[in-house]
Amino acid sequence: MNITLNGQPKMLNCIATLSELLEELALNPDTVVIELNTEIIQPDAYDTQTLNEADSLEIIQFVGGG
Amino acid sequence: MFKPPEFKQLIAETQNTSSSDVERALTAARPTIHDLAALISTAGEAYLPQMARRSTEITLARFGRTTQLYAPIYLSNYCTNRCVYCGFSADNLIKRKCLTIDEAEKEAMILHNRGFQHILLVSGEAESAVDVEYMEAIALRLRDKFAAISIEIQPMSEEHYHRLFLAGITAVAVYQETYDRKMYKEVHLSGKKSDFDYRLETPARGAKAGMREVGIGPLLGLSDWRAEGLAIGYHLDWLRKEFWQTAFTVSFPRMRPAAGEFEPLHIVSEKNLSQLIFALRIFDQDVGLLVSTREEARYRDGMLGLGPTRYSAGSCTAPGGYGSNNTDGEQFSVGDHRSLEEVSTMIRNKGFDPVCKDWDKEFQVKSL
Amino acid sequence: MLRIAGTEFSSRLFLGTGKFSSSDVMAKAIEASDCQMVTVALRRVDLTNPEDDIMSTLAKREYTFLPNTSGARDAKEAIRLAHLARAASGTSWLKLEVTPDPRTLLPDPVETLKATETLVKDGFIVLPYMNADPILALKLQDVGAAAVMPLGSPIGTNQGVLTDSMIEIIIDQAKVPVVVDAGIGAPSHAAYAMEMGADAVLVNTAISVAGDPVAMARAFAQAVEAGRTAYVAGMGQRNKQASASSPEKGNLSADLGFLE
Repeated sequence: MNITLNGQPKMLNCIATLSELLEELALNPDTVVIELNTEIIQPDAYDTQTLNEADSLEIIQFVGGG
Repeated sequence: MFKPPEFKQLIAETQNTSSSDVERALTAARPTIHDLAALISTAGEAYLPQMARRSTEITLARFGRTTQLYAPIYLSNYCTNRCVYCGFSADNLIKRKCLTIDEAEKEAMILHNRGFQHILLVSGEAESAVDVEYMEAIALRLRDKFAAISIEIQPMSEEHYHRLFLAGITAVAVYQETYDRKMYKEVHLSGKKSDFDYRLETPARGAKAGMREVGIGPLLGLSDWRAEGLAIGYHLDWLRKEFWQTAFTVSFPRMRPAAGEFEPLHIVSEKNLSQLIFALRIFDQDVGLLVSTREEARYRDGMLGLGPTRYSAGSCTAPGGYGSNNTDGEQFSVGDHRSLEEVSTMIRNKGFDPVCKDWDKEFQVKSL
Repeated sequence: MLRIAGTEFSSRLFLGTGKFSSSDVMAKAIEASDCQMVTVALRRVDLTNPEDDIMSTLAKREYTFLPNTSGARDAKEAIRLAHLARAASGTSWLKLEVTPDPRTLLPDPVETLKATETLVKDGFIVLPYMNADPILALKLQDVGAAAVMPLGSPIGTNQGVLTDSMIEIIIDQAKVPVVVDAGIGAPSHAAYAMEMGADAVLVNTAISVAGDPVAMARAFAQAVEAGRTAYVAGMGQRNKQASASSPEKGNLSADLGFLE
């Protein structure tokens, strides 16, 4: 399955849900916020939210800023 | 809503000041309410010449060498209030009259022909004689003949003020008379006006309704004038914060001992009045300061350019007084009897420009 | 005590968290500044080189996080970032930044006003970053901004409070707190803003790029406190002309001879 992740094309194998994707990327779900096709996904839906071909995904976190 | 400090506290604030407070207030770049308290305090009296100079500088810088001129038209002296100090009080046996719309227009046209462009429509407070429909009808009749029409009638609702604004009224003046709640009760015996808080909230309603200008003021002579002045400062400060798109003015009607009239409870001298005017000018550089024909010609001439920005002229305070020369049923007797032309000449002779028109109705939105 | 949207702050220094050499230095500098409000930005996770999570670094103490919308070029982008920030932080606090010009990063007044109006309706506590324009400050206040954040000078320039005469008007007129943001390059600049009557200042670069950011953070804390104390104490006017410190009474000649 091909998706766009943070603006870059990415091919996913054997990954169905957001939780699985975060695990693959080694990201702590508590430190990020995810936007799937410009919709914010609530953390409690990460286990059930499935990914589909051509989805656009943004994984965002807080960084230092003024 | 605006809640003034207790009057006792206001008095205390004007008493707890020293000459060093006054000196600081005189040079403050952004004077605070505490600076105002110092300037109107007893300690401030010794600095009257310095205050006059500072006030003159500010007035010149902000308003230039101009003085605005207006005249009142008394529409009606019917009144349902009993106020111990007022000639229109319901108890007084005076000849009552309410001008018809035609009569009001006739009076206005007399002033128009004398050169006035700014009129103040005044009435006693009686809904049965002067209501929103009546005022609306007069405003619509006069709006194209005058540059600015102000009103000084009973307090109204925001909705009614808005109707009058759309009809061509640009400014509302409502004087609290006194910010001393206890004294207010003592002198306003009955009638709608006896509700201190409703009156206090009226300037805000006028501003909310979209009026270009709102006037406030104390009736000097009812209570401690220094505390009244400080209350005006607090009121002005609050109004400015809440209604930054509205211009504000302050008037200083001063009661003086006179035969057959109400004896002032506190004597306010010309020096006191001047100190108050200078202090308010220093406190608020842009507020319009009005001195009416209650004051004598000598005083008004002397104060020109020192702080006040607007004078009335050629005034008669009885309904229909311009057409009939009849002063029966007047609200108070005037101290400056000169005509508009005479006052204008005096102003010109002092190197100032008498301004009868500083706004044009054509620019005003007539409906929303 | 400073009060914004019902929350009280004993410190009037807000810190930005950008440009620190390490998250350890940042945490120590923030600690040393005694500040209670810190700004953070939102970025895409760098998937090839994930950063430490700033929230967990700062979670040790109770800070109010003020996420910003930096990078937004118009109201639409800012609103999107605001919702992401709320989802990520769990709070509604927001420093609204709309900066269409990437060179100067000056705030767009029109888009900022639009975004403030929308975000306030969406329940955000909006602190808009703005140019030092008094009328804009009042309009932002009218649509519900919880505070206004006028700039002292263009961001990152360390030029100090060049907009002082406008900020003074904003301070005099606004009902909401005024937080001077951007351009504050030295503790003296912060003290100056506070002496004028600003309710708080936001500092970032001047601390994060200092030789010793922790010591500089402390210096800013002291400056902010000194400035505030001076303001409350009542400052004398700076005069163009010299004047004797003991004025001679009554020697000025305003002619008041007409008085009764």
